[in-house]
Amino acid sequence: MSDSKSHDANQMTGAAMIVRALVDHGVKHIFGYPGGAVLPIYDEIFQQGDVEHILVRHEQGAGHAAEGYARSTGKPGVVLVTSGPGATNMVTPLADALMDSIPLVCITGQVPTHLIGNDAFQECDTVGITRPCTKHNWLVRDIKDLPKVLHEAFYVATSGRPGPVVVDVPKDVQFATGTYTPPRKSDVHVSYKPQTKGDPNQIRKAVALMANAKRPVIYTGGGVINAGGNASQTLRALVEATGFPITSTLMGLGAYPASGKNWLGMLGMHGTYEANMAMHDCDVMLCIGARFDDRITGRTDAFSPGSKKIHIDIDPSSINKNIRVDVPIIGDAGSVMEDLLKAFKAEGKKPKIDPWWFEIGRWRARNSLAYKKSDDVILPQFAIQRLFEATRGHDTYITTEVGQHQMWAAQFFGFEEPHRWMTSGGLGTMGYGLPAALGVQVAHRDSLVIDIAGDASVQMTMQEMSCAVQHELPIKIFILNNQYMGMVRQWQQLLHGNRLSHSYTEAMPDFVKLAEAYGGVGMQVFKPGDLDGALHEMIKVKKPVLFDCRVAALENCFPMIPSGKAHNEMLLPAEANDDATAKAFAGGKALV
Amino acid sequence: MTQPASAYFMEERHDPNETHTLSVLVANEPGVLARVIGLFSGRGYNIESLTVSETESQKHVSRITIVTTGTPMVITQIKHQLDRMIPVYQVVDMTLTGRSIERELAMVKVKGSGDQRIEAMRLAEVFRARVVDATNESFVFEITGATSKIDQFVNLMRPIGLVEVSRTGVAAISRGPEGM
Ligand SMILES: Cc1cc2nc3c(=O)[nH]c(=O)nc-3n(C[C@H](O)[C@H](O)[C@H](O)COP(=O)(O)OP(=O)(O)OC[C@H]3O[C@@H](n4cnc5c(N)ncnc54)[C@H](O)[C@@H]3O)c2cc1C
Ligand SMILES: Cc1ncc(C[n+]2csc(CCOP(=O)(O)OP(=O)(O)O)c2C)c(N)n1
Repeated sequence: MSDSKSHDANQMTGAAMIVRALVDHGVKHIFGYPGGAVLPIYDEIFQQGDVEHILVRHEQGAGHAAEGYARSTGKPGVVLVTSGPGATNMVTPLADALMDSIPLVCITGQVPTHLIGNDAFQECDTVGITRPCTKHNWLVRDIKDLPKVLHEAFYVATSGRPGPVVVDVPKDVQFATGTYTPPRKSDVHVSYKPQTKGDPNQIRKAVALMANAKRPVIYTGGGVINAGGNASQTLRALVEATGFPITSTLMGLGAYPASGKNWLGMLGMHGTYEANMAMHDCDVMLCIGARFDDRITGRTDAFSPGSKKIHIDIDPSSINKNIRVDVPIIGDAGSVMEDLLKAFKAEGKKPKIDPWWFEIGRWRARNSLAYKKSDDVILPQFAIQRLFEATRGHDTYITTEVGQHQMWAAQFFGFEEPHRWMTSGGLGTMGYGLPAALGVQVAHRDSLVIDIAGDASVQMTMQEMSCAVQHELPIKIFILNNQYMGMVRQWQQLLHGNRLSHSYTEAMPDFVKLAEAYGGVGMQVFKPGDLDGALHEMIKVKKPVLFDCRVAALENCFPMIPSGKAHNEMLLPAEANDDATAKAFAGGKALV
Repeated sequence: MTQPASAYFMEERHDPNETHTLSVLVANEPGVLARVIGLFSGRGYNIESLTVSETESQKHVSRITIVTTGTPMVITQIKHQLDRMIPVYQVVDMTLTGRSIERELAMVKVKGSGDQRIEAMRLAEVFRARVVDATNESFVFEITGATSKIDQFVNLMRPIGLVEVSRTGVAAISRGPEGM
């Protein structure tokens, strides 16, 4: 092909460049909602077959769907929304993705460049509004810059610590014609080059600590999932080689299998007794891709007081932010773990930690996740356990909303693989789970995708049932319906004298009829004995299902470390009588 | 002391605050200053002074000099947070390198007559301040120097008849042949 020909082929409008760039970056699906400022792009989408567009019912839904898509595939999620209200509706998912390190590329339309700043129709300062809730954003004022910015957007979203980016494209730039340049591997970003390889000296120091540990614990997080590739396999090999016990944050579940013998369960505010006690009493802590969040540390000055801490993280700003560590290692979790494993094996010294395991065994025996079963009402914990059993042997992905049900899902659903668990951890966004499930189902058409939901959360983005029906996405919305904003009620009971201010779900919709109104399937169960049968039916249905699982209304989520308390001041279910609770929460109303 | 109730209220702030001067090289693209300022306000960091100007126009590189205060842990956090911003090339802690020169320029307007004018001129000479504007009843002095020197000069002018001050904020550069 002659130069002039390829030059012609690369002459195109801004709108065409956007679609072309998506194709060049391997994008198969985008989530979006049209409007005046993106019509040229929608026109291009109409005329091609490479990229499938999923039409949501609210831009927030597009954002969470893209998050679910990204988390379950390891690829960036792509969103297309219009200017003004389209962009502002995206703010929540952008903030959510920033908190949870999810790669998103969001393209927003903007009013034509000559109108910017004039309070034009559907104008808002999109880059200004989204600056603090994106990893980076761009306003493209000139068609000449568009190809470069688009490629940069994919690079920034997916490299280093992943995150959301916004490319704001004025309508005149979408119409303008320019020369498209395809992405090249050799393109290096001038100022953003995250470090992925760990410093061998630091790795040596880490090995020295590990080889001499008496009470070690591995504490992993979302970074291991972000690292993708073989990181989770390397983690398993590292656990095998060291024999260390391992716990994970909410965000890291599945990196190490829940059935693995060294698994302590999740740690943190609603983590298991053994995981939190091991964190508190350990002498060497190996933190991999986790960020010492306040749900984990509790009282920072009482956090794991006697341990030497090793911290592997790709983002230097995560290190020494909340907790001072002894051996920081900057780099990609996968790459650093490989080097660490090699160095540990070369050292040839596996510490003897039998007494430590013995102690852990005693903590395990406290059975901190125990709950009272009932023949009359479905306990929410029981419902999750039955759901887990019913899905065994299926290719299952789980998303959640936010609240008690989310914590019970984390505690009682056993995750064996990474990328199978999608939840809003950092921002804690109610309404995340249903659209996230959509996104997951788009990426995995034949898999079983279940949103474990609460009756309040699910009403925040319920409209996406319509999207599920339109696009034939057979997501299963499993609602643990306790008729309360359970998590809010729990805090009101524990901290606000049981004054249940506005936490009761009044005027509950009939979820069965609602499902049918959308063209989906509605189911409802009240009795424990009916649960298994109904679950199997739900799994069989090839349509979107709203499953209204009526559960005990006043059940609370334990164990719980009241915020601001130390790990060893945990409240266990058996002990959560009125006296103990009053004592544990004494003076703690300002808690978050 | 009563126990703070929440983890949010109990960050260890026992370490004394330190003042640091940071030099930040950034790509001179729209919004970069808003990003930096937004970082400081959003995360509750202090800005004592901030100056910015393009320093290498072909490469579109600007240099931002920020004087900030915080505990050593917070200062480290600020540097890492700056460094991970996409348009930031480099962050150097001029205070840690210990070999930097820091200068500020101020214009100081003083009003007065008779002895006050004589005293103002005398002090200006001591401080090597230049007169850049004069009327029968006022002077504008231009003075450069370290922040402390300017503070001192302004304080001395106050009783004489200080009207207003305009300061540039600190610019900093390292000694010796090497650049950043
Ligand atoms: C109601 C509610 C209750 C909660 N209770 C709990 C609880 O009991 N326990 C709990 O654990 N959480 C809980 N959470 C979640 C909590 O708020 C945080 O979201 C979570 O603990 C953070 O997980 P993380 O530390 O793994 O960090 P993430 O947010 O997943 O961050 C990942 C870290 O890894 C780093 N990283 C990213 N990519 C890489 C890479 N390739 N290599 C190396 N490092 C990388 C990042 O820089 C970052 O530091 C709760 C949330 C809600 C909404
Ligand atoms: C968008 C949003 N608004 C408010 C909250 C505060 N909040 C956290 S949990 C919760 C209640 C959730 O109730 P439900 O979805 O019924 O779940 P449950 O706790 O009962 O399982 C609320 C209101 C939030 N996390 N997100």
